[in-house]
Amino acid sequence: MVVNCEEVWQEVSNYLDGEIDSRLGAAVEEHLRGCKHCTAVIDGTRNVLELYGDQRLLEIPLGYSQRLHHHLGAAIAGKRGTAFGWMVAFAAAAALMIGFEVGNSSAFSQPHLRSAHAQPPARAIPANLIVVVTDRAKIFHLPGCGVIHNKSTERMLTVAEAEREGYVPCVRCLRKYVNLTGRILREDNKGGALRRASHLAAFNLGRAEQSLKSVDHIPLLSARATDFQERNTDNRHYP
Amino acid sequence: MESAQATSTDSPAARLREEILIRRVRNGERELFYELIRPYERRIYAAAFGIVHNPADAEDVAQEAVLKAFKNLRQFRAEARFSTWLLQITVNEARMRRRKQQASRIEPMDVQETEEGNYTPRDFADWREIPSETLERKEVREALTQALSSLNEIYRDVFVLRDVEHLSIEETAKILGISIANVKTRLLRARLMLRDLLAPGLDGNWSSKLRFVKGNKLW
Repeated sequence: MVVNCEEVWQEVSNYLDGEIDSRLGAAVEEHLRGCKHCTAVIDGTRNVLELYGDQRLLEIPLGYSQRLHHHLGAAIAGKRGTAFGWMVAFAAAAALMIGFEVGNSSAFSQPHLRSAHAQPPARAIPANLIVVVTDRAKIFHLPGCGVIHNKSTERMLTVAEAEREGYVPCVRCLRKYVNLTGRILREDNKGGALRRASHLAAFNLGRAEQSLKSVDHIPLLSARATDFQERNTDNRHYP
Repeated sequence: MESAQATSTDSPAARLREEILIRRVRNGERELFYELIRPYERRIYAAAFGIVHNPADAEDVAQEAVLKAFKNLRQFRAEARFSTWLLQITVNEARMRRRKQQASRIEPMDVQETEEGNYTPRDFADWREIPSETLERKEVREALTQALSSLNEIYRDVFVLRDVEHLSIEETAKILGISIANVKTRLLRARLMLRDLLAPGLDGNWSSKLRFVKGNKLW
């Protein structure tokens, strides 16, 4: 078997790696004995492998190993603390949620409401409280209220029923439930027991005013809400 | 020609020790991971450097690679060699880094070299002896590094894994995701190209102007 230069060049790698068929290997060696060029190629390539395979070629940066361990150390330490980390995260999330709930609660959010009319309820009117209505105005009263008109048409029902029929609370007998504004409430209740008015109250106030307009031939009820406000502030009690 | 480090991790005793270490790390003795990778730290850096050609990037790559290896140790299957698995992670990481490097600069259009045709040596300078002390000289080391970095990456990656990392042809093929025939072709070209680049430099003055320094590729 005889090989030419080009065939030898294609086998340089296999020859140097010792991965060459024995017959071909012998032919290559035979060729090398008489070919200076191919011998130079083989020798030079062998040198390339020796040089690049030498560890001294690559200078490892000073402190490389320490930095590698340091980088890894953070992860290993982090890994070890995983359960604890989750607990911390969970506790933080719980604290956030509690904070959110507390912050959201009426006790804390109330002072931030912009309008006195938008204050939360002074006190919810018990839905099953028995009240009296007449056909005179769309107002419900506690039984015995001094400003019930047209008593002959009186009938008794619960607050829930009265509200369902479109009645609004009497601003006198049910004053503790229906307060005009947060400001009056605070003045009326100096101890601050009642600090909350409501959307409901504001809503009811609007409806009460409408009712008052519709029955303006009744002198007492035709008074504007501002009148009540003034009366309330001078500590007079109704009724 | 295997390096002392490579052989020290190849013995049956070393492999058994490695297996035990892996099991212990998996079972919670995480600090032992340092021991596990210690024999390979240099090889990890060398592989990374061979691909990204920048000490800072190579170190970053090495750090990310060992971190990934640590996090994914459970995915390591015992039928593979730990060193191969570790180097595979390193090579993947390094190639990803290289892609980022390349994305940030404009590449010449004809960067891809064809693998078609046989490679013909360009130079027949006689280079029979390597003075072993040449590697002690900084300019020689720089010339070698520069010659390697001037190769197209498809040749460089194969050469680094096979001739710098001393992996087998099969392992190189597996890590790079190419066929064994491809590895052989690229390896031959890489070796011959490097010889062409370096042989003329050795027979005289290494500090003389080398052809690749001018960015003048010969192939």
